[in-house]
Amino acid sequence: MRNFFRFIVKYHFAILFFIIEAVSLLLVLNYNAYQRSTFLSSSGSFTGGLYQKYNSGAEYLMLREINEDLSRENAYLRSSLPESFKASRDYFNVINDSTSQQEYLYRSARVINNSTNRRFNYITLNKGKLNGIHPEMGVISNRGAVGIVKNVSDNYATVISIINTRLKISAKLKASGFFGSLEWDGDSYQHVYLHDIPRHANVNVGDLIVTSGYSSIFPEGILLGNVDHVELEKGASFYRIRVKLSVDYKNLAFVEVIDHITRNEQVELEKETEDD
Amino acid sequence: MISLLPRYLFNFVFFTLIQVLVLNNIQLSGYINPYLYIIFILTLPFETPGWLLLLLGFTSGMVVDIFSNTPGMHASATVFLAFLRPYALRLMAPRDDYQPGSIPTMGYYGFSWFMRYSILLVLAHHLWLFFIEVFSITHFFSTFLRAVSSTFFTMLLIIISQLFSQGKKQGR
Repeated sequence: MRNFFRFIVKYHFAILFFIIEAVSLLLVLNYNAYQRSTFLSSSGSFTGGLYQKYNSGAEYLMLREINEDLSRENAYLRSSLPESFKASRDYFNVINDSTSQQEYLYRSARVINNSTNRRFNYITLNKGKLNGIHPEMGVISNRGAVGIVKNVSDNYATVISIINTRLKISAKLKASGFFGSLEWDGDSYQHVYLHDIPRHANVNVGDLIVTSGYSSIFPEGILLGNVDHVELEKGASFYRIRVKLSVDYKNLAFVEVIDHITRNEQVELEKETEDD
Repeated sequence: MISLLPRYLFNFVFFTLIQVLVLNNIQLSGYINPYLYIIFILTLPFETPGWLLLLLGFTSGMVVDIFSNTPGMHASATVFLAFLRPYALRLMAPRDDYQPGSIPTMGYYGFSWFMRYSILLVLAHHLWLFFIEVFSITHFFSTFLRAVSSTFFTMLLIIISQLFSQGKKQGR
């Protein structure tokens, strides 16, 4: 024991150095998103590589089961062709049995009123409560996300559009996964701004911006636009990114309303966790 | 020893403020960030015990970190600098060793000694800092270049600040 203390006293300088250095590196990894993501991803690529090696060996031994799976999948895909469904008046009716764990339902709707020249722009759709549309559902067009349903009457729904300064949408860079909030500044109907992307992130003009999927309204990966202009002010820790919207709001006719079937479950669970 | 306390307290506050208020906003051509605050560690008295050196290094680095939103980055680099300091001093010791009661500044040991001593430590600090910041070795050369060019400017500022404080003390 005495030798141990003597050892500590003799090398206290180096030992203290290692302790303090470990503490600071821990701080770096804990609080700086960039270092954390590279650290985790490099360890991920190691484990990922290992799994891939293992899988390529195991795969060969399981060819019979894989073939069976594939033929089953073929049958399933064939049965989900449009011909296999009875089309109702306004949407595809997916038969809801226990084997189909459907998460999102898409309902088509038509835009019957639209504005782009105000600070608070809203869109009106020709479907409402009777067609299964409820507040807080996401609205997309074939070119990307459009907005979020705000109010519904029996036959109509109003949508708060992305070019409305009251709406913030959680968005991320498709390539790197850094996420921030998308906000309109009330200026041009073709551009919005993406905030909270840290300066460590690598942002280039042309990068795709997609929904992050954190808000439980939009599924992950719905296109929002691409980076149009990047600016990093001196001493600022966040980028100022201008995003060119993929949707042309002047020319919007048909949209789809996303019904997130398991949304209530997610929201309730998250609320319960927050209340604890 | 105690009489030096107010002077170092002033040094700490003054150089940290200069760093976070002025120098952190300087970013010449995206390559060069001078980090003057480490002069506080460089000029601590010879008799400073090792543990105090490390703790002061951590504190001064952490304060700069808090102001620039990079927890741990500067702290780890400055602790590394504090760790190297005793070895650098031993390496650079003049033939008749350091005089008691003197401090490692340009005023006591001359321009060339101070240059050698501080370049070594500043370069070590900057390399550590920039590589922690980039956190990969894929851009090794450009990171190295950033560290070296920043070292140059930090050295420039250190020399200038040493010239200012030189007048107050009698030479050796």
